[in-house]
Amino acid sequence: MTGLSIDNLSMRFELPNGGAVQALENVSLDLKEGELLSVLGPSGCGKTTLLNIVAGFLAPTGGKLMLNGKQITGPDAERGMVFQQGALFEWMSVRDNVSFGPRMAGKPASDYNSEVDNLLDIVGLQDFKEKMVYELSGGMQQRVALARCLANEPDVILMDEPLGALDALTREKMQSLVLKLWKETGKTIILITHSVEEALLLGERLIVMAPRPGRIHTEYQLPFAELGVGADLREVKKHPEFNPRREEILSMIWDMEEEIMGRTETGS
Amino acid sequence: MIPLILYILIFATAFFVVTRIQGASASDYTSLKTVTFGDESAVRPNRAAGVISVLTLFLLWGMFTGSALIPRFLHAPAPFEGQTSFTYSAEANGERDDATVTFIVHPRAEDPDPVEVEPGDGFAKNDTATVAQWRSALVRVDSNDDITKSDGAVVVAINGEPIKRGGTVEVDGGEVTLSDKGTPNFVPSKGWQMQPLYLPSPETVWSRTLKIAKEGFRDFSLWEHLGYSLFRVVVGFFFGALIGIPLGYAMGLSNWFRGWFDPIVEFMRPVPPLALIPLVIIWFGIGESGKIILLFLAALWIMAIAARSGVSGVNISKVHAAYSLGASKWQLMRHVIIPNSLPEIFTGARVAMGVCWGTVVAAELVAASQGAGMMIMTAAKFQNTDIVIMGIILIGVIGFGIDMLMRYAERLLVPWKGKA
Repeated sequence: MTGLSIDNLSMRFELPNGGAVQALENVSLDLKEGELLSVLGPSGCGKTTLLNIVAGFLAPTGGKLMLNGKQITGPDAERGMVFQQGALFEWMSVRDNVSFGPRMAGKPASDYNSEVDNLLDIVGLQDFKEKMVYELSGGMQQRVALARCLANEPDVILMDEPLGALDALTREKMQSLVLKLWKETGKTIILITHSVEEALLLGERLIVMAPRPGRIHTEYQLPFAELGVGADLREVKKHPEFNPRREEILSMIWDMEEEIMGRTETGS
Repeated sequence: MIPLILYILIFATAFFVVTRIQGASASDYTSLKTVTFGDESAVRPNRAAGVISVLTLFLLWGMFTGSALIPRFLHAPAPFEGQTSFTYSAEANGERDDATVTFIVHPRAEDPDPVEVEPGDGFAKNDTATVAQWRSALVRVDSNDDITKSDGAVVVAINGEPIKRGGTVEVDGGEVTLSDKGTPNFVPSKGWQMQPLYLPSPETVWSRTLKIAKEGFRDFSLWEHLGYSLFRVVVGFFFGALIGIPLGYAMGLSNWFRGWFDPIVEFMRPVPPLALIPLVIIWFGIGESGKIILLFLAALWIMAIAARSGVSGVNISKVHAAYSLGASKWQLMRHVIIPNSLPEIFTGARVAMGVCWGTVVAAELVAASQGAGMMIMTAAKFQNTDIVIMGIILIGVIGFGIDMLMRYAERLLVPWKGKA
């Protein structure tokens, strides 16, 4: 049995002041190998908690979590993670960052050198491989982070707002790159984002989560990721279904935000 | 007071002159900023001010010590030196007679004989005496007179000016005060310069430095004194780091270690190492081991806290990323935690070296048979102010050198500092 299966996952923890938070409640999700899932939701909906549980950084208080038939109990090389920023190792060159996984696994340099070079080619950093990461721009650093994750050949790639700190132009280029890598490597990817557009563009499947308690609210199957591979993403945004979907999801999230704020609608 | 006023004057004058001359000569980006007051990054040290500041210190030092290094006309008024005399008038039995007192005012290092004088006429006879600069001398003028004080002779005037007991008269090269018992007290004029006892001139300090460098001080050469101090600092710091860094790591990585050592470290941190000197002397004596243990303790807490904050300063994303890439705990330690904490550890090491250097000097002040601190303390006991000043300057230079060396090592070994 391949793929990621999340079954009835719950997460509840106590606060120092005596209260308790139900961060996730009965979250169930099955992800086939090679699927690209994006996760949206207002802040506090538990999407980062969900990702951290899948990564193995947090233990759920209820439910089951299986990858390829094996229960997830902690972090492992089979589940790679790309963070928003600050996760690169400044004391290493670009090449050493990218080859970190294979090196930790004790592989000889001859085993991974060509793959590392290949990945640096794909992300367009061949000329920067001997540079230190702090000498690179933010967009380049995120490409290093992507390459580093891929070099370790994980089964699932978890992305926690990997493009959140980038400027709009760099972000668009990186979105194309993520789609390209997804198609070329055939990895299962879960991507968390704050941007509805990004979620639509980079989600073969898209789930919108709702807060208090964190749960899956709506799920979509979308054509845009497939269309966007190797194409101009601005063309994809002109797709007749794109804008209505965006408006629908935006107003859904907007409603949730208003609910959190405790406001009441003053309907006409 | 006068040196301070002079210093402020030079400061202000140099400011106006230099800023007038320099004007807006720079043309880089910062020079185009209009908001500079409050923008720390726009404040750059004025090189000219730095040079003038150091020169001014030496100038004032030379001026008020009569240094041969600066032209004579710049010297502050010197204390009187040479021969001077004044006359006194004594009255006895209704008679009045004058006599001269001749003084040789000499530098303190010399001891000349008084000049020979004729006794002169009348019942009051001429006197002669010597006095060192910055000292005063009571002259028992009546001791060689025909009618002495016990016979009723009274000094009534100096240089013709009437004087009462407790009164003062200005004379050539100083002033004369009549004591409560009626004896003239000659005080040669002190000028504005400092006594060499308090502040020797720069060239005295320099020549003394050369002499000590050649001949040594108290059975040890100058280099041995400084070397001993440095050796103690390096050994104490080494062991402090050797124990402190792993301790800090353990405190940053384990609940139990954190709980166990937190009270100790947090208590010992604010205890100044100097306060430990008495206890260390009681326990370990005044030998080498006591000093090294003191410095070990001084460095230990600083290094432990630096390592602890180095661990807690690691971005959790880096740790998560390393685990997700398949790193084991030891690999995480070796490839993430340790390199990530190096900047903090270097900062701690710089502080610790500074504290150790200060502590070793203080410990040597208390008890030592060699070392920079011992050198200046012993010199002070013998009033060798030039050695004291030399020692202070050397201690400062070495402390500065240690800091520079640590910064250099930091740039070399932790180039990613502040770049995360």
